[in-house]
Amino acid sequence: MALKKSRTEMPVQDPEVRKSNFDEVALGYTEEMALEEASRCLNCKKPFCVDGCPVSVRIPEFIKLITEKKYQEAINVVKSTNSLPAVCGRVCPQELQCESKCILGRRGEPVAIGRLERFVADWEMEHGNAEVPEIKPNGKKVAIVGAGPAGLTCAGDLARLGYDVTIFESLHEPGGVLIYGIPEFRLPKDIVRREVDYVKSLGVKIETSFIIGRTMTIEELFDNGFEAVFIGSGAGLPMFMRIPGENLNGVYSANEYLTRINLMKAYKFPEFDTPIVSGKKVAVVGAGNVAMDAVRCALRLGAEKAMIVYRRGREEMPARAEEIHHAEEEGVEFHLLTNPVQILGDEKGWVKGMECIRMELGEPDKSGRRRPVPIQGSEFVMDVDTVIMALGTSPNPILVQTTDGLDAHKWGGLITQSEAGRTTKSRVWAGGDAVTGSATVILAMGAGKAAAKNIHEYLESGKTDW
Amino acid sequence: MNEILKKRVLTPVTKEIVVSAPRIARKAQPGQFVILRVSEEGERIPLTIADFDREEGTVTLVYQEVGYTTRLLGKLETNDSIMDLAGPLGLPAELPEKGRVVAVGGGVGVAPLLPKCKELHRRGIELISIIGARSSDLVILEDEMRACSNELHICTDDGSRGFKGFVSDKLKQMFETGLNPDEVDEVIAIGPIPMMKATCAVTKEFGVKTWVSMNPIMVDGTGMCGACRVTVGGETKFACVDGPMFDGHLVDWDEAWRRANSYREQEHIANERCRCGGEH
Ligand SMILES: Cc1cc2nc3c(=O)[nH]c(=O)nc-3n(C[C@H](O)[C@H](O)[C@H](O)COP(=O)(O)OP(=O)(O)OC[C@H]3O[C@@H](n4cnc5c(N)ncnc54)[C@H](O)[C@@H]3O)c2cc1C
Ligand code: SF4
Ligand code: FES
Repeated sequence: MALKKSRTEMPVQDPEVRKSNFDEVALGYTEEMALEEASRCLNCKKPFCVDGCPVSVRIPEFIKLITEKKYQEAINVVKSTNSLPAVCGRVCPQELQCESKCILGRRGEPVAIGRLERFVADWEMEHGNAEVPEIKPNGKKVAIVGAGPAGLTCAGDLARLGYDVTIFESLHEPGGVLIYGIPEFRLPKDIVRREVDYVKSLGVKIETSFIIGRTMTIEELFDNGFEAVFIGSGAGLPMFMRIPGENLNGVYSANEYLTRINLMKAYKFPEFDTPIVSGKKVAVVGAGNVAMDAVRCALRLGAEKAMIVYRRGREEMPARAEEIHHAEEEGVEFHLLTNPVQILGDEKGWVKGMECIRMELGEPDKSGRRRPVPIQGSEFVMDVDTVIMALGTSPNPILVQTTDGLDAHKWGGLITQSEAGRTTKSRVWAGGDAVTGSATVILAMGAGKAAAKNIHEYLESGKTDW
Repeated sequence: MNEILKKRVLTPVTKEIVVSAPRIARKAQPGQFVILRVSEEGERIPLTIADFDREEGTVTLVYQEVGYTTRLLGKLETNDSIMDLAGPLGLPAELPEKGRVVAVGGGVGVAPLLPKCKELHRRGIELISIIGARSSDLVILEDEMRACSNELHICTDDGSRGFKGFVSDKLKQMFETGLNPDEVDEVIAIGPIPMMKATCAVTKEFGVKTWVSMNPIMVDGTGMCGACRVTVGGETKFACVDGPMFDGHLVDWDEAWRRANSYREQEHIANERCRCGGEH
């Protein structure tokens, strides 16, 4: 069979239809499509793709199993290093990871590794049985702070090793950003719940509405017999621009906007009780995944104009390529090289406009990206009634404030002393966004895994030196 | 968990519940609050902890059935459970060790005022309390307040009980007729925004430091969303983690009032809906 240069397209909901519903946009491969795409893989001896994967999924191996229609074996290979394949297949920035390294990418399009990962994960949900391994309890208690990808992964791995694991989660529902941040149309909540249920089936207990640092401190966890603590509390603190008008009615942090919609289901108001005021002309400031999610939610809540306002250029937008593409298809406007200066309110204190200034790219800054500089005198007013700030988030200071000996960098990230996530406090490990600042699901998961391994080594060794 | 052990009707619209919540009671301090949710479809709302008993493992909540969720809460009876209850949240109130304090409470604001007054009383502080409501049947927790105050003044807007007028008017009158502002270490004022604003205007005039407790719209209550933003001394604060107690002379009251009413229309829609039973 001649090698196909381009990848097999994945069916998606029609943009005109999907922009007014919250159903999943990307529909996933059929078996035929998966077989066709899998057949493109060269099964390289030295697979570069694997180097690009933060958790080294054995990519050619699982793809080969797809071509042999051994789907259960394929998913088992993926799951041996990635505990959240149905999630990662949907939200990983593959174009920057595995797919960016695929050898086929040099001449044509790389193998659609993410779509194939999603295919086998979804196949298992439909046909397979996610087997629960036999577990021999070892009687040792470990506490996990936060039920996001980092915490869930760490908990799952430790439970398999026989630990008595409890996750403490401050919200009423586990899942972290997967539940409160990423919208249904990109990551159906049933999938997240299934992953959570699987972790529970391994014997992990989850205490919701339990805030470590408030309901109980880390020190008290040790007093209650926990021998190690893993912190996977994420980076939940929203940033604002500190410009005039930011506290007007109709200005949201992306976190608030998305939490109302995803966790609290405000898009189903009044069937659900939590309200949201999302206007007809919505500007989202920022261009990461969070911004794309927010702006696409705004469309679905009835915005006639949904706009991204970003101070740098197209090349610099940090969101996944697929999300930018989907947003464009749905009719989102991109106002690049544009930066808000102030938000204007009407006499009742609601947003009625946003003054912006145009930017141009100057000299490269420390990160190597060209620094945006304002063009003097280019101010103009955008006609908007809702503004959503998606400027990034930092870790919540509650844990550091309430735990002696747990140190953080100035910007809030917990200081770790090893790859495995040992913090400055004995027997406390950390990983995911709480350490790196907002990053990715796969990195958080990888950090949870590395910490689980190290916690096991430490507790197994019987050492008490740390 | 979160079982309602006792329920008391304080006024036709105000109820008090004692909830079994040992882990929250164990850590609770005056000034802190909880976030609760009453149903699968429910919203998350904050309520100040009006009292707590560490031995019994209970927290007391007082609420006015004003919004949709508080009405649903009002439907719960003894032995029912509150679906989700998280806390204690917020910073504990910083209370003085000695001296003289005036506590001013308006409407349902007397409930969050009470635990502070109890603690002040325990510390041997001289406490002058002023509590008020629209009319005499709406005055709450009078006996409890009397028990910890050296002096208790009652005000009603319609004059049906005690001083006729607002609590802020009463405070002003007291400052003008004998109570020396220099001998008052601080004022704590809790109640509806207009009442706290008016009280702060009086205490500013007389130069007395004043603490208020903000109760803005919240979602998570842990610093995650910023729904609870208040401007204090020109700076944006998150009431759930930086507060809820702030220096009342520095609060931007007009902004707080405007933000508190962000969901007026939606509240109306929710209240129109009949899941509440319709008898309200
Ligand atoms: C809108 C949005 C879209 C995103 N899109 C993508 C994407 O497409 N691809 C991708 O790879 N990444 C994406 N990310 C980033 C990704 O979701 C995060 O990097 C990842 O979830 C981090 O995982 P975590 O486990 O470290 O933290 P989180 O997922 O943040 O979970 C932390 C959990 O800890 C809880 N917690 C916090 N403090 C406490 C405490 N004191 N006590 C108890 N519990 C506590 C929190 O409530 C939360 O549930 C997105 C993020 C957002 C916000
Ligand atoms: S680099 Fe590409 S072609 Fe080679 S094994 Fe990986 S996915 Fe297959
Ligand atoms: S309620 Fe969300 S930050 Fe305060």
